[in-house]
Amino acid sequence: MTDTINNLETAAHPENLRRVAIDPVSRVEGHGKVTLLLDENDRIHQVRLHIVEFRGFEKFVQGRPYWEAPVMVQRLCGICPVSHHLAASKAMDMIVGATLTPTAEKVRRLMHYGQIFQSHALHFFHLSSPDLLFGFDSDVAKRNIVGVAATYPEIAKQGVLLRKYGQEVIRVTAGKRIHGTGSIPGGVNKNVSIAERDYLLKDIAQMIEWSRDSVAMVRQLFEQNLDFYDSFGRFKAHTLNLVRADGALDLYHGGLRARDMDGNTLFDHYDYSHYWDAIFEDVKPWSYMKFPFLRSLGPETGWYRVGPLSRVTQCDFIPTPLANQARKAFMAFNGGSAAGATLGFHWARMIEMLHAAEMMQDLLHDPDLQGEDLVSTGQRQERGVGVIEAPRGTLIHHYKVDEHDQIVRCNLIVSTTHNNQSMNEAIRQVARQYLDGKKLTEGLLNHIEVAIRAFDPCLSCATHALGKMPLEVELLDVSGERVDVLSRSSDGVFCSPN
Amino acid sequence: MSNTFSLDGAEVPFAPGQTVMQAALTAGHYIPHLCYHPEFKPHGSCKLCTVKINGRTAASCTMPAEAGLEIESDIDELNDLRRRLVQMLFAEGNHFCPSCEKSGNCVLQALGYDLEVHAAGFRHQFPDRPVDASHPDILLDLNRCVLCELCVHASSEVDGKNVFGFSGRGITKHLIVNSESGKLADTDIALTDKAMQVCPVGVILPKRVGFSQPIGQRRYDQRPISAQALDDAPRPSTGASHD
Repeated sequence: MTDTINNLETAAHPENLRRVAIDPVSRVEGHGKVTLLLDENDRIHQVRLHIVEFRGFEKFVQGRPYWEAPVMVQRLCGICPVSHHLAASKAMDMIVGATLTPTAEKVRRLMHYGQIFQSHALHFFHLSSPDLLFGFDSDVAKRNIVGVAATYPEIAKQGVLLRKYGQEVIRVTAGKRIHGTGSIPGGVNKNVSIAERDYLLKDIAQMIEWSRDSVAMVRQLFEQNLDFYDSFGRFKAHTLNLVRADGALDLYHGGLRARDMDGNTLFDHYDYSHYWDAIFEDVKPWSYMKFPFLRSLGPETGWYRVGPLSRVTQCDFIPTPLANQARKAFMAFNGGSAAGATLGFHWARMIEMLHAAEMMQDLLHDPDLQGEDLVSTGQRQERGVGVIEAPRGTLIHHYKVDEHDQIVRCNLIVSTTHNNQSMNEAIRQVARQYLDGKKLTEGLLNHIEVAIRAFDPCLSCATHALGKMPLEVELLDVSGERVDVLSRSSDGVFCSPN
Repeated sequence: MSNTFSLDGAEVPFAPGQTVMQAALTAGHYIPHLCYHPEFKPHGSCKLCTVKINGRTAASCTMPAEAGLEIESDIDELNDLRRRLVQMLFAEGNHFCPSCEKSGNCVLQALGYDLEVHAAGFRHQFPDRPVDASHPDILLDLNRCVLCELCVHASSEVDGKNVFGFSGRGITKHLIVNSESGKLADTDIALTDKAMQVCPVGVILPKRVGFSQPIGQRRYDQRPISAQALDDAPRPSTGASHD
């Protein structure tokens, strides 16, 4: 398998091959592009995922006062801004030397679980369920959330309301559904009032119930088409994620755990405040994105996978009963095969959504949410590192602040960057499995997008977008001349001028 | 003749010595304004409070009230011009509301909402302006300065310190601080100074408290500036301002 992957990475004479580019233009979240190099027999020699990730934040946050960072950097993303808001806040907690009060930590956790909940619901129901419910090469006009609503109205409704609930949790804790200001260095700027608590408690039982149904739905999808779900884009990878001190799943705080692809622990409960001793970022000439790797394994083999699949499979248990039960069933399914499948991401994602719902219920019953002690400070520090498990995986924020309170250095390693090489591996597997030697069609190309969507809804926005993103695939001959083009207009209509 | 003038068809009483702006606000009529502050002598620089008096334009903050004046303010022609002025102020500085700690409490932002500024209107100039973080307790972010001059007046007239002043002319006019080094740390400004309280935008800020006020509790979260300004105006019954 490794040989196959390497063959797809380095074509010996790329200049003699024709190039196919899946090049959508992002509307919301950066740009994703896939390039394929094929010979005259449609055999695939190279597959690469390019993500034009705008990393300017690391530069233009320089010179800004540190307390501005948690609000500024969340503009990196419109889907999971809370994750950046909280990761930056955690880094600034270190800068101000704070140990959070119980109220501050619990309000932040509630905000975070609300974020996990809404993002996972969005990702699964709005962006991925059309592929899973209708088939990867089904009618593209139907393959969107509107199509889901027409055929499976109850599922679509649940998806919309699940997401809405998570957004309401964010609004209550952060002030706005998107890009709030609730978390500040050393704590939070508001607690949760009794009225706000009761408003959220009103629907939490329903959210837990629907989350359980969602887990069951993914299981059913696996059961119905086991071989396909099991093998689609399957590859082995090392993993990285936070775990609690007792090994439990913890999405807000913990130590880093890395395991190799055979399950051997590389490090555990690693203090992320010096993450750079464990993780390094490699640069490749063909991508704007860096390629992080585990230092102990080196740049060639040290890449790893983050996100729901890594977290759910690599934690020792989930500290809420229903999600833990769901995890056990997931891990045992078909001899553990789903736990290593690329589409297993969706199953793990729904287990985390259930976990987030249970955590929100527990927190909403905790009187600390109504506490008045919101902010703490301590010994001022020069350097701050904040790590959190964002919906799509481990998120690292690292800042250096000078004596005038201005940020002088910033390094961000976002989930998509951690998963960069993993996503490349997944799409290479898919290309080899389904595209090699065949005339390319929209349906086949969508298989690649499905693999990407399993990882990352940012790219799903760019490549899916309710089936209406402008997209163009070019076929070039060996001299670089365009021989064919397939384009999808912004209204979702496919056309070929030839 | 009684001491009243007509503002958009309403009769507005005034006391001798009042300006059109003072009389209008006291009587519960809002005229958009930015550089006007009830505690300082008006200087009519922002021009947002421009009204038509007997067909001619004038700054209402400096115009003495006179009996019988026919004044138009809330008309499309003037509101269009005010909108353009606000757009120019946004384009001339670096106003990144999404990450500005003054958001929700900012007069310029509130005017933008109230005047329905929905687009930039002008190409942003992205001027290269410094942030002076040298003072241990106070941040000076000149990116947001709109040259209202309120800090200059507050520092000299109330604080007696002359911490702030202007330098340059025209488009190069800018706020400076009065110290040998040019740094705020080398002035005698203090957190308790009046100059700390008057900046309508996010230039002069106490450090380390940004974003501590939750969304929903900020000055313009619940009410537009056109309503808030009337709440703040002196009332004839008490003469006190409402906070």
